[in-house]
Amino acid sequence: MTSFTSETGDSTRIAVRPETSGHDPGHSEHDGHPDFRLFGLATFLVADGMTFAGFFAAYLTFRAVNPLPENSTYELELLLPSINTLLLVLSSFTFHRAGRGLLQGDGPRCRRWLVITAALGLAFLAGQMVEYFHLPFGLTDNLFASTFYALTGFHGLHVTLGVICILIVWWQTRAEGRINASAPFGLEAAELYWHFVDGIWLVLYGILYLL
Amino acid sequence: MTLASPSDFQSPEANSLGQGGPQGLQPQGWLRYFSFSLDHKVIGLQYMVCGFLFYFLGGALAGVIRTELASPISDFVSRETYNEVLTLHGTVMIFLWIVPVVNGAFGNYLIPFYVGARDMAFPRLNAVAFWLIPPAGILLISSYFIKGGAAQSGWTAYPPLSITTPALGQVVWILSVLLLGGSSIFGGINFIATILKLRRPGLKLMQLPMYCWAMLGTSILVVLSTPVLAGTLILLSFDIIAHTGFFNPALGGNVVVYQHLFWFYSHPAVYIMVLPAFGLVSEILPVHARKPLFGYTTMVYSILAIVVLGLVVWAHHMFTSGTPPWMRLFFTIATSFIAVPTGIKFFNWLATLWQGKIALNSAMLFACAFIVNFVFGGITGVALAQVPFDIHVHDTYFVVGHFHYIVYGGTVFVIFSAVYHWYPKFTGRMLNEHLGRLHFLLTFIGFNLCFAPQHWLGLNGMPRRVAEYDPSFTTLNQVSSVGALLMAVSTLPFLINVIVSGLRGEVAGDNPWNALTPEWLTSSPPPVENWIGEAPLVTHPYGYGTPADSLDVPVARREQLRNDRNP
Repeated sequence: MTSFTSETGDSTRIAVRPETSGHDPGHSEHDGHPDFRLFGLATFLVADGMTFAGFFAAYLTFRAVNPLPENSTYELELLLPSINTLLLVLSSFTFHRAGRGLLQGDGPRCRRWLVITAALGLAFLAGQMVEYFHLPFGLTDNLFASTFYALTGFHGLHVTLGVICILIVWWQTRAEGRINASAPFGLEAAELYWHFVDGIWLVLYGILYLL
Repeated sequence: MTLASPSDFQSPEANSLGQGGPQGLQPQGWLRYFSFSLDHKVIGLQYMVCGFLFYFLGGALAGVIRTELASPISDFVSRETYNEVLTLHGTVMIFLWIVPVVNGAFGNYLIPFYVGARDMAFPRLNAVAFWLIPPAGILLISSYFIKGGAAQSGWTAYPPLSITTPALGQVVWILSVLLLGGSSIFGGINFIATILKLRRPGLKLMQLPMYCWAMLGTSILVVLSTPVLAGTLILLSFDIIAHTGFFNPALGGNVVVYQHLFWFYSHPAVYIMVLPAFGLVSEILPVHARKPLFGYTTMVYSILAIVVLGLVVWAHHMFTSGTPPWMRLFFTIATSFIAVPTGIKFFNWLATLWQGKIALNSAMLFACAFIVNFVFGGITGVALAQVPFDIHVHDTYFVVGHFHYIVYGGTVFVIFSAVYHWYPKFTGRMLNEHLGRLHFLLTFIGFNLCFAPQHWLGLNGMPRRVAEYDPSFTTLNQVSSVGALLMAVSTLPFLINVIVSGLRGEVAGDNPWNALTPEWLTSSPPPVENWIGEAPLVTHPYGYGTPADSLDVPVARREQLRNDRNP
């Protein structure tokens, strides 16, 4: 479960903030009803992580038990996925910078980093697309191929959702938007989710490409 | 059901909270039960009524099964229809009746009271979780009418059977189960957040009523295991729709991996169905025996132990699936270990009853019958954990008998007990005791008549899930079918009781059982935000038999003692 460690660390860091920010106009509708939305999201991500854990377990068992048919191989081209990995890890840092910018009240800086993060996410998806078109196997060719597409596809779906979230956050951090230094929940939630997707990719990269 | 006039729900502070929900704009009175209400009590009763509707449907399907099995030949329905009915019965009963009612209905109604809150942590998510259920149920039932009919591969949907039976019905089945799984996960997240984060200040975890612990354990299981089932079913749907070969041996796939992933959810699912029942019965027994719950701390640790062990015993469903010896050994030992925490709970319940001032009303009768049924189902469970025995009875009626002793004799008996216990709180009116006892008698006799003979049938080798059987099994099957008929009849006094008592039952008052748990310290039915004024701090929910609880002590003195106890 290496994927959870980075995420848990982040959730504890973020979870402290709403208390320090205290009562503010953005939270007025939740007065008398404390805000556990990040806790809820973290719990959901544990559940989501278990979906991936099931996929990983299935993949590793297939690999251990079911022999590949003749003239197919587990070997994959490593260059593009490795660049993709770097992009995704980098995007976690840029998202973190965006969060820092927001909390320091520097809206434009936050929005700049958000755009960079979204661009990195899109670049990852583009790289994934290019890889798909150049792979020597299709979805139903053999068990490994099916599992490869299921795993990377399911993760890609998460990245796509993440990019959409980042764009929504970017829109809401404009001057008259709903996300600001005193109401940062939307950005924090998207950031937690993005780190989670990033962590999942590292596990996936390890067992799918390197193993 | 007439639950209350709208004026009962007006409270001075209504409309002030919920996650920004303008509850004041929502319909009042009985219309609320058909609305996207954010009130946890409304949602709880929505789960309840919806669950009971599906229970009657699942029961009717069981009636079809038992009618078919009353004779050894296939004469009542066609073999395909039998398979569909069997699959629908299992799916409806598990995913649309037991899990939503024992978790969703009682959990939503009671947990906010028990933690001293005015609602769940995420009221809107709560409503979403409920409103996923009716469409999923309708989807599942409607699959009976589509091309090729409903799914025929049982509630387990094992490939390659689920890949070779008519595809459309199976895909609809998967979609429906995914929706229900999503609902279950949303509910689980909500319970965890409510119990851990929304507790009233001053209320410690070890002071919570036992049902909170049961729901916490259950919700952890839901959050950890349900997503695995979801992922597995998505892969299965790929096999059916896109002709991949994950679980299709003809395409190089592996059916045993499906079984591992499926049981990684579906064994914990048994605890998802039965742990909340443990919690509910732990609330009901002390009230009607007028004694503190015995061994509170051991109860808590037993629940946590069951949660941990429940996650590592799944392969005992697969002893005949070519599992290697070391795996059989591990899962036999792990499964046998579960008997320890379960046994602790069992003896704690007996010790709670011991020398109590027992009121043998309908709630208590069902709760005591639960203990009897459950110990029987538990012992056959330990027997099934032993590989040599399991190989002998695998896929026979012995397993069917064992399973129904756990989920019907265990959980459904507790659900009925809980309905008799909390109906006065839900509606402000008492249920009729005579009808209640008649209901109990018919259910208890019918249940044992129906499922006890199935153990003999299984030991003698009658396979399950098949519409026809060897004529030598006829007599016991007919006994079983008569039992099923009695169970069907037993729902009549219950239904009449619930409807008539709701309209003109004896008025219950706030606390007809003189119970100490927080839900009884408000009006029946409770106001919109549970309490007028501040929520009470209840740190001794089981303080029965103490001076603070004794009816011999004057009321004023009792209140003083309780206040001293709850500074």
